[in-house]
Formats: sequence, C-alpha cells, structure tokens
Amino acid sequence: MTASRTLTFHVFRHNPRDPDSVPGVRDYQVEEAPGMTLFIALTRIREEFDPGLSFDFVCRAGVCGSCAMLINGRPGLACRSLTGELPADISLFPLPGFELIADLSVNTGKWMRAMSERLQAWVHAAGEVNLNEIEIAMDPELAESIYELDRCIECGCCVAACGSAQMRPDFVGAVGLNKLARFRLDPRDDRSDAEYYQLIGDDSGIFGCMSLLGCQDVCPKELSLQTQIAFMRRAMARQGL
Amino acid sequence: MKDPDSFLLPRIDRWPARLDLLQSASGLFLGLFMWLHMLFVSSILLGNDAMWAVARFFEGYFFFGSPLPWLVSAFVATVFALFVTHAWLALRKFPTHWGQHMAYLRLMRAMHHEDTILWFAQVITGFAMFFLAPVHLYLMLTHPELIGPYESADRVWSGRMWPLYLVLLFLVELHGGIGLYRLAVKWGDFKDAIAARRRLKRLKWSLTVFFLVLGLTTLAAYLKLGMEHAPRVGEPYVPTWQRAAS
Ligand code: HEM
Ligand code: SF4
Ligand code: SF4
Ligand code: FES
Repeated sequence: MTASRTLTFHVFRHNPRDPDSVPGVRDYQVEEAPGMTLFIALTRIREEFDPGLSFDFVCRAGVCGSCAMLINGRPGLACRSLTGELPADISLFPLPGFELIADLSVNTGKWMRAMSERLQAWVHAAGEVNLNEIEIAMDPELAESIYELDRCIECGCCVAACGSAQMRPDFVGAVGLNKLARFRLDPRDDRSDAEYYQLIGDDSGIFGCMSLLGCQDVCPKELSLQTQIAFMRRAMARQGL
Repeated sequence: MKDPDSFLLPRIDRWPARLDLLQSASGLFLGLFMWLHMLFVSSILLGNDAMWAVARFFEGYFFFGSPLPWLVSAFVATVFALFVTHAWLALRKFPTHWGQHMAYLRLMRAMHHEDTILWFAQVITGFAMFFLAPVHLYLMLTHPELIGPYESADRVWSGRMWPLYLVLLFLVELHGGIGLYRLAVKWGDFKDAIAARRRLKRLKWSLTVFFLVLGLTTLAAYLKLGMEHAPRVGEPYVPTWQRAAS
C-alpha cells in the first residue's frame, strides 16, 4: 500500500432502548493500516473514540454471519471487507428490515428463526427414523451439492439487498428460497412439491421474487441464488399446470 | 395482519403459479411481437412499395386476392387483450403505497445495482404505456385499412402522431428489452449462471440500441414522407405496378 490514508467513517448511531437517543450519524477519523478490515477499524473506533458503539462480531472470518451491515449502501460482511477496497469516505448503517438492537447491531436471528419456522426448514421424514440403523449412504455428488447450499450463514445480506423484501415485509427472501431448494434436494426429506408449494406458492414466497438478483450479487458466500430461485420457480410453476 | 395461527385450508391454491406463468407468457409474446412489429414497420426504409406489400400481406391480400382489413382488427384485438392482461398482472407487483415507493427508492439509491434500477425503469415505462399505448391500439383497431406508406405517413405528420410514436418507441424498447432479459434469468437453467447473465445483459443492450436506431430512422422516414405528402393528405398509396397498369 502507498502512503496511508485517513479514513472518514460515517456511522449510524441510535439505541432504541434509550428514550433520550436520537437517530443520527457520527463521524470518526481513523488512520488506515495495511490489510485493515472494517472489523479492525470499528474496534479501533470503539477503543479510541467511542466505547459505547455497538456492533456484532464473533468469528471475524466470514463464518458466523453476525457482522453484516450496509457498507456505503451495499450489504456486506464487515469482517471480510478490506478498507483498501473502499473509498476514503465510508458510511456504515445497520441492515434494513431487521430489528435494531443498537447502532450497527441488528437481530437477524429473530428474523431467520421466524422464517425457518414458517418454511419448516428442517428435514421432514415420512416414517420413524431408526437411530440404531446405519444411515443409507448418499451419493457423494449429491451430498456435495446439498453441502454447497448449506454454506448459507444467515447473514441477512440477501434480504437487505432485495427490492421485493424491502417492499414486502412478509417475503421470505433468497435465504428462505435457498433453504427449501436445499431440502428439496435432500433424499431424507420426504416432502413432495405440492407440500413445498403450500409453503412458498404465493407472493410471499417464490412468486414474490421479481428476479432483481440483488441477492445473488451481494451474497458473501457466493451462493448460486439465481440458479436456486429459478429452479424452485420452475418446480412450483409446474404445480399450477 | 393475518394471524399465523389461523386455520389454513389444506387445499392448494394453484392460481399464484398460473398468474406468474401468465405474466411471463404475455410479456414474452408482447416483447417478441414488438420486435417483429418494428421490423415490419421499418419496411418503409426499403421503399413505399415494400411497405405497401407488407401491409396488404397482413390483410390477406396475397391469399384472397383482395384486402380483408378486419383480419388486422382481429389481431389488434388479441394484442390489446394480452396487453390488458399483462398490465393487470403487473399491477400485483407495483409499489402501491408510499412506504413501498420509499423503501424501493432508498434501496435503489443506496445500492447502485443495475438490475434493481432496471426493474424500476420497467415499472415507470409500463405505467406510461398504460396511457399511451391504447391511443395507437384504438386507431389500429378502428382503422385497419389506413395502413400504408401515404396513409401511415399522413397519420405521423398531418395527424400529429409522431410525438406519441417517439415516446412509445423508447418506452417499448426499454421495457420489452429489460423484460425479455428478466424472463431469461427468471426461468432459465444455465450451467454457468454468472457468465450467462453477463452475456444476456450484453445481448439485451445491443438489441435495445439496434431497435432504437432502427425505430428512429423509420420514424424519420415517415416524417419526411408525411411532410412531402401533406398537400395531398388523405390520398391512398397505389403501388408502382398497379399505377402502370391503370
Ligand atoms: C400497460 C402496459 C404495461 C405495464 C403496466 C407493464 C408492467 C410490467 C411490470 C411491472 C413488469 C415486471 C413484472 C415482474 O417483475 O414480475 C413487467 C414485465 C414484463 N413486461 Fe410489461 N408492462 C406493460 C406492457 C408491456 C409491453 C407492451 C411489453 C412488450 C414490449 C411488455 C413486456 C414485458 C416483459 C417481457 C416482462 C417480463 C415478464 C416477467 O418478468 O415475468 N410489457 N411488465
Ligand atoms: S443466502 Fe447468502 S446473503 Fe443470504 S443469508 Fe445466506 S449467506 Fe447471507
Ligand atoms: S432475485 Fe431479487 S427479488 Fe428475488 S430474492 Fe433475489 S433480490 Fe429478491
Ligand atoms: S464476524 Fe462472523 S461473519 Fe463477520
């Protein structure tokens, strides 16, 4: 890196639980360091200027999904965003559409849980599963493709980037549609397409998606959301014939 | 708000799937038809006789020996019906209250994401077509016999339709082009979806530019012909070979 820059952060501050708190933006100036991520910069801000600043981090490696925020307007993981790839002015806002805990911290868990319950996003076996029996072996290629979709970390970026989700709060988002695509692949899940249709066969599900592909373009795990959504759409449209 | 514990009928409602299919099918038909339509209309660039022949062809002149303009009316009525169906289905997707407009605009301004902006362009162009396209459709429905080099050029210039056609050209080409691209990514099964999308996007913009240039050139040709023909406005065109015969 060449001569180090001074970064100006414009950070959203508000604590909804504090009756005196007024939503606003605070500016902080931080000297850029080599290989600096937004996680490092935010930690520095908290240590040097503002111990009250709230933001979430657990893994710092793009695995837990807790650090998603709007970075210059685009949803992304703060721990995986290098300041070197951003301009010197950086605005940070909490993800829209989720319950605000404080400042940059949002409750994606609450949203994800409600979505999972609504979509019944777990394996539904038709019969009793005998835990004493050896599991039937799965074709490695199939296991691989299920694992590929299981890489979703429920960070909420796809929901925050989706025009449909922003206009319609009951829309399950790419994360939800991807989950059902994953269970539909799984041979241990005995649900039929008619049953999946019960869950997503309307405008809060697959037909609410307007193919804007914001989800595909921001997903930090680079999941094949366009492909999965088109796949579910074809399967669900067949139910209408 | 719906109570999540309310009793759900165990029957499945197939209509959301059908409506989504119908939205896409009507859009596909309209989009492809508008491209063909542009090619037919641009036959004026090949000369007055060529355009006359294309117009009579659709009236069945070369099959039945005499023009049957009601054939054109019947086709226009079909297109009109599909247009209304498509617009009615699109209403399900329109941002209808202010909160939805603001939510979408906020996202669009913040994200600078092309496909998100393109969808909004579709909403605006679609909304404008609600009002502008029926003017043209009604004329074609009620006066199908007045399609020809002089007849159309008179309508464009002396009939003062050119401003409407100029605006409609941009509305249709933008809306249809974006719509057909969206259809491909919405339903398509691609091996490499990212590469396919990039290629589709490039194809979409090239076709849009091609049809806009063709459309503007064609409109200019009708304008020129209409201005020249203004002193004899209303006189129908007779093809060269029939003139020689009479
Ligand atoms: C009153 C006139 C019209 C309105 C209000 C309208 C509106 C819309 C809207 C809002 C969409 C997005 C729907 C979605 O995301 O599911 C759409 C899709 C589309 N429109 Fe139109 N439109 C109109 C006329 C036309 C015309 C004349 C054409 C042909 C050039 C056309 C071609 C398409 C296509 C191909 C799509 C994609 C369909 C899909 O995504 O399923 N539309 N239209
Ligand atoms: S699909 Fe991608 S963007 Fe959406 S929650 Fe999962 S990892 Fe995040
Ligand atoms: S394709 Fe668009 S509308 Fe569909 S889930 Fe993704 S961002 Fe939302
Ligand atoms: S801290 Fe876990 S994904 Fe960023």
